[in-house]
Amino acid sequence: MVAALAALLFRDAMEPTSTPGTDSARKAAEAADNEFTTMSGKPIKARYGPEDLTGDADVKIGEPGQYPFTRGPYESMYRGRNWTMRQFAGFGTVEETNERFHYLLDHGQTGLSTAFDMPTLMGYDSDHPRSLGEVGREGVAVDSIDDMEILFQGIPLGEVSTSMTINAPAAILLAFYVLVGEKQGVASEKLAGTIQTDILKEYIAQKEWCFPVEPAMRLVTDMVEYCTDHMPRWHPISISGYHIREAGATAAQELAFTLKDGFTYVERAIERGIDVDAFAPRLSFFFNAHIDFFEEIAKYRAARRIWARELKETYGAKKPESMRLRFHTQTAGVSLTAQQPLNNIVRTAIEALAGVLGGTQSLHTNSFDEALALPTEEAVRVALRTQQIIADETGVTNTPDPLGGSYFVESLTDELEADAYDYFRRIDDLGGMVEAVRQNFPQREIGEAAFDFQRRVDDGEFTIVGVNRYQTEEEEVPLLHIDPALETKQVERLAATRAKRDSSQVESALAALKEAAAGDANLMYPILDAARVHTTEGEMIEAMQEVFGTYTETPVF
Amino acid sequence: MSAVAEPKTGRKIRVVVAKPGLDGHDRGAKIIARALRDSGMEVIYTGLHQTPEQIVETVIQEDADAIGVSILSGAHMTLVPRILELLKAEGVDDVLITVGGTIPTRDIDDLKAMGVSGVFTPGSPTDDIVDFIRSGVQRREI
Repeated sequence: MVAALAALLFRDAMEPTSTPGTDSARKAAEAADNEFTTMSGKPIKARYGPEDLTGDADVKIGEPGQYPFTRGPYESMYRGRNWTMRQFAGFGTVEETNERFHYLLDHGQTGLSTAFDMPTLMGYDSDHPRSLGEVGREGVAVDSIDDMEILFQGIPLGEVSTSMTINAPAAILLAFYVLVGEKQGVASEKLAGTIQTDILKEYIAQKEWCFPVEPAMRLVTDMVEYCTDHMPRWHPISISGYHIREAGATAAQELAFTLKDGFTYVERAIERGIDVDAFAPRLSFFFNAHIDFFEEIAKYRAARRIWARELKETYGAKKPESMRLRFHTQTAGVSLTAQQPLNNIVRTAIEALAGVLGGTQSLHTNSFDEALALPTEEAVRVALRTQQIIADETGVTNTPDPLGGSYFVESLTDELEADAYDYFRRIDDLGGMVEAVRQNFPQREIGEAAFDFQRRVDDGEFTIVGVNRYQTEEEEVPLLHIDPALETKQVERLAATRAKRDSSQVESALAALKEAAAGDANLMYPILDAARVHTTEGEMIEAMQEVFGTYTETPVF
Repeated sequence: MSAVAEPKTGRKIRVVVAKPGLDGHDRGAKIIARALRDSGMEVIYTGLHQTPEQIVETVIQEDADAIGVSILSGAHMTLVPRILELLKAEGVDDVLITVGGTIPTRDIDDLKAMGVSGVFTPGSPTDDIVDFIRSGVQRREI
C-alpha cells in the first residue's frame, strides 16, 4: 500500500518531465496500472501462496548441489567460489584486444572472453572482398595461428580460462588456440575454457554460418569427440540461449529452444558412440539475463531441473556431473537504450543480480554505451565494477538460492518448465530440432514474439524508460571509434603470413582436409595439421565448403 | 489495413528492406519489414549477408520506391556509401533511402550529406519509420 502510494506520487512528480498529454505517455501509465504480466507476457496473480507449490515440491526444489539441481549446481554456491567475472572483449586487431585483455585482468577480471569480428565468424579471411569494412568492427580479426599467438601474448594459457565466441568455424579457432598453448609449452590437457560451437542457434538466431546444417552438426560432434579424448578441462559447446533471446524470443522460448538444442548435441554424441558421462559434464550453457527479474531467475532454475531430469531419465546419465547444468550469463544487450545511456548501468545491475540469484557460474555485464557502439574502457570498467559490487557489497552471495521456496518464484519456475515441455513436444512432432530449424519453426516463433513485443512498446503497454516514457533531451557520451586503418594493418599481416609460409605444405594440408571431409574421419586432426603450417581460416573453410556446400536462409518475416 | 496508394501510378509503395554485411542481427529488419507490409506497402526483404551489388540489383529489379538498409555491424560507413555509389552509377535517383541500426550520432550527419534521407537508431517507434517512408515517397512522386 505504502509502496503503491509512493509509486503514484513518484509518477506524478516525474510525468511533467516526460511528454505530458501525449497518447503514448497516457497509454503507458494506464497499461502499467492495469496489466500484471512478465515481460514475456505471462500473467502474474495478485498473490502466491502454499497452494502454488504443486506436485512433490520438496523433491522438485531439492537441495543446492543435489539432483535435480533446481537450487544450484553446487552445495555451497558462492560461499565456496565466486562466479567468474568474464567480460567479453574484442575489437580491431589482435594487438588492441590483447591490450584490453591485460587491462581487464589487471582490474580483477578472472577469465577471458574473446569476441571475433564478423568475417572471422563467417569464415572469411580479412582480405576477402566480403570482409571489406567489417574487419575488426564487432570483434577481433583472427586469420591464422600468427594472429592467435599475438592475441594471447603475455597471457599464460595454463593459468587463465578462456572463452571464445565462435560457432561455424569453431574447430579451426580451437586448433589455433591449442597450437598457441603448445608453443607456450602448455599441453592441450591443461587448457581450460569454453568455445561456443552452438551451430543450431546460429541457424535459429545469430545467423553466422558456413555450411549446411548436417555437415555443421558433424563438425560439432567431431570437436566434442576430440575434446573428450584430449581436452578434459575444455567445454566444447556452450549451448546458447543468449542470441535466441536477443533475437526477440520470450523467456520460455529461450529456455525451450536452448535446452532442445542441447539435447540434440547429446543425441549426436551418443550416436557417435561416446559415453554420455564422458562428455555431458563438459557441456555448459549460456543464458540471457533480461530485465524481468523474477522471470529470469525462474528460467535458470527451470533449466537446471529440466536438464537434470532429461539427462538422467532420457539419456541414461549416471554421474551427477552429467546432470548438473552450469551456465554463463550475459545481461541483455537488447534491453540497453541509446536514449539516456547512463540508465543502462542500472538495467545491467538488475539483470546481473538476476543472474547471480539464479545461480550463474560466470557473468558478463554489458557496458552502458553498447546501444551506441563498442564500449569504451571507462564503460567496461563500470560494468566490471557492477559485478564486484554485487559480489562484495550486497551480501546476496551469503547463502545459495536465497529465493528457493518463494511461492512466487517456485510457481514461475514450474510454469516455465511446463512451457518448455510444450515446445519440446511441438519440436518432436516436426521431427526434432534439426528438422524444425530447417522448417524455420523456431525462427518463426521468435519473429512473432519480437514483433509482438515491439507492438507492446509502440503502444506503451510495456514501458521502456527514456524510450516511450520519461523522455528527456539527449546527453552525449564519448564513444569508442575503430580506426579504419586497423583493417589495412590486419590485411597486411595476413599478406605477410601468406608470403612467409611454405605454400606446398598448405596445399597438401588442404587436400588432406578435403579428403577427410569427404569421408567420415574426425576433422579436428586435419584442421590442426593445416593450422600448424599457417593455413588461414578462410582457406580451410573454403576447402570444406567445396565438399559440404554452403547455406542460404529462406528469409521469413 | 487498406493499401497505401502512391498518387501518381496508384500502385502500392514498394520497399526493399536490405541487410548488407556479415552480421546476423535481423530482428529490427524483420520487424520493420512486417510493419511496412501491415501498413499496406509491398515489401521485399533481401535476407541476410547481402553485398551492396546484390542490394542494388534487387532495388532495380523490384522497381522499388524506397530502401531501408539495416546495419548493426559498424560497417555502415563502408557499405552505405558503396550502395549509394552503385545506385548512382545505375542512374537510380528516385529511390528514398533510409538507414537503421546502431549508428553513432556523428555518422548520421555524414550519411545524410551523402544522400540518405532518414537514419533511425534503436528505440525509434515503428510508426515513425512507416510514416517517414510513406510521406517521403509520396513527396518525391508529386
